Amino acid sequence: MSVLVYIEQAEGKIKKTSLEAVSFASALAAKTGEGEVIAVALGSVDQVELASVGKAGATKVLHASDSRLDAGVIQAHATAVAQAFEKTGSKTVVLAKSSLGDAVAARLAIKVNAGLVSNVVELPNTDSGYIVKRSIYTGKAFAETSLTTANKILAIKKNAIDLKIDGADAAVESLEVNVPDSDFGSKITATERATGEVLLPEADIVVSGGRGMKGPENWGMIEDLAKTLGAATGCSKPVSDIGWRPHHEHVGQTGVKVAPSLYVAIGISGAIQHLAGVNSSKCIVVINKDPEAPFFKAADYGIVGDAFEVVPKLNEALKAEL
Amino acid sequence: MKILVCITHVPDTTSKIQFTADNTKFDTTGVQFIIGPYDDYALARAVELRDQTGGKLTVLNVGEAETEPTLRKALAIGADDAIRVNSNPKDSFFVAKQIAHYAKEGGYDLILMGRESIDFNGGMVHGMVGELLGMPSFSPVMKLDVEGTTVKMAREIEGGKEMLEAQLPLIAGCQEPIAEWKIPNMRGIMSARTKPLNVVDPVTEETQAETQKYQLPPAKGAVKLVDKDNVAELVKLLKNDAKVL
Ligand SMILES: Cc1cc2nc3c(=O)[nH]c(=O)nc-3n(C[C@H](O)[C@H](O)[C@H](O)COP(=O)(O)OP(=O)(O)OC[C@H]3O[C@@H](n4cnc5c(N)ncnc54)[C@H](O)[C@@H]3O)c2cc1C
Ligand SMILES: Nc1ncnc2c1ncn2[C@@H]1O[C@H](COP(=O)(O)O)[C@@H](O)[C@H]1O
Repeated sequence: MSVLVYIEQAEGKIKKTSLEAVSFASALAAKTGEGEVIAVALGSVDQVELASVGKAGATKVLHASDSRLDAGVIQAHATAVAQAFEKTGSKTVVLAKSSLGDAVAARLAIKVNAGLVSNVVELPNTDSGYIVKRSIYTGKAFAETSLTTANKILAIKKNAIDLKIDGADAAVESLEVNVPDSDFGSKITATERATGEVLLPEADIVVSGGRGMKGPENWGMIEDLAKTLGAATGCSKPVSDIGWRPHHEHVGQTGVKVAPSLYVAIGISGAIQHLAGVNSSKCIVVINKDPEAPFFKAADYGIVGDAFEVVPKLNEALKAEL
Repeated sequence: MKILVCITHVPDTTSKIQFTADNTKFDTTGVQFIIGPYDDYALARAVELRDQTGGKLTVLNVGEAETEPTLRKALAIGADDAIRVNSNPKDSFFVAKQIAHYAKEGGYDLILMGRESIDFNGGMVHGMVGELLGMPSFSPVMKLDVEGTTVKMAREIEGGKEMLEAQLPLIAGCQEPIAEWKIPNMRGIMSARTKPLNVVDPVTEETQAETQKYQLPPAKGAVKLVDKDNVAELVKLLKNDAKVL
């Protein structure tokens, strides 16, 4: 028996969140006695990169190198993973929640007749039955959901487990998949992606700015601080609504949900809809000139002060220390 | 064009979440229910498309009688008629099966949903319905235009977006800035009272998951304030106490 992991790549690099999914699957397999952890990678990825998935806990990597799969065409990926599922005789699929992962998981669930739980935050309890803890109400609560199907799919939330990269390289085998042309009916005509920066949904540290920053011309300060910390930058909804920052940086209920170790909120009031996107952060630092700003109630550390004064000073202090 | 929009009936985004009966039931005391914010984006775009190309716009909810005011609100915003599948929405699979059945029956060209519901946040129902109907599904879609039978979309991906082209019929899970939320006007509210709201039975009782218990996250401790003239102290705390640097 084996646990299958759907691996995502971007431009030939395996995503860190997918490696987390491998570590999760490895701990799961040890717990349920499912034994092997088989990673499935689709499209053009080089052998060294593929083999390194073993370090996160995969015993084997199946690689379907069909270059039509380079782009994340949802239906085609679901078909390919379903074929790997049948071939390996797996009963469980683990994957990281993402814009592609969610879409693939939903279709896969129907294809292989599997019960699906999303937003999984820890290893399932298998003492009696199969009970999965997941985050609901946009991080405001948890549910314990019992899966009653033989086949199961778990879409895991970031930080559901600590990423372990201490294993050995895995053997890479090529996987023959038979994806019909009809699965490629939709065409991706262009992709725009911020390059060379830390991606917000995967970031370990996030520095976000709100309307308190007054205008896009002041974002240099936020970017400098982010650079010092190796962080991704985010913003509140009004900031992306007015076009100060791109939409994919908008954090919150209707935007990106982040789960970093450290979230730094600068000039953000802390409206409940913003908090919904950050409440899975391990540590929250708030910088706001208003001591009554609601964000302080959700924060671990806070500085009451003018961002334009505090942020450059904080950046210098960090540079001196790091 | 025939458009179907699937809407959820969910607690307002400012609601305090609480449970009753030994943490086995959601506590609706003092909670106001709304159309899911992402479903509201889908509905707003659907109204625009219907006004542009003509045709008919139907809204559907899988839920019990208490969701009817939410469906009426969707009618007031501009839907032509509504379907309520009379059942507690037990899990995503159950909901997807109901939607797939009634969507097939209605022969819709375009099915719009929200990227995710804000109660269970699965982001799964559209993909499941797509697979059940053999239709392509896309989510999260932030722009959607229809030209003849071609649909041009922008889909958000981590750190950016991709532009897509596909053919009708298809399913999209929507998010902003696809359209601006619409507020019902007086005429809409009046006409919503007489628009058809059809109650139908679930087509299957099959489920795959059952939620047994709910939990609230542990209460957060008080914030530790650091003086603005002593930012080095914050750096020390982050390094030594929180250990996040
Ligand atoms: C259905 C719904 C969904 C929503 N979804 C989201 C979402 O996903 N994400 C989101 O962010 N919002 C969302 N909102 C909006 C949310 O309610 C707030 O309006 C928004 O978060 C406020 O953004 P802000 O904190 O940047 O701005 P403001 O509320 O204007 O706050 C600015 C803050 O900056 C502080 N400030 C001003 N000047 C300075 C200075 N010089 N130095 C330091 N601090 C300063 C002020 O004290 C204030 O606290 C949603 C709303 C609704 C109704
Ligand atoms: N009970 C329901 N009735 C109608 N549509 C629903 C229901 N549940 C989910 N949906 C639709 O499916 C989308 C995704 O939901 P979910 O997979 O639960 O996050 C929602 O935004 C709705 O458009």
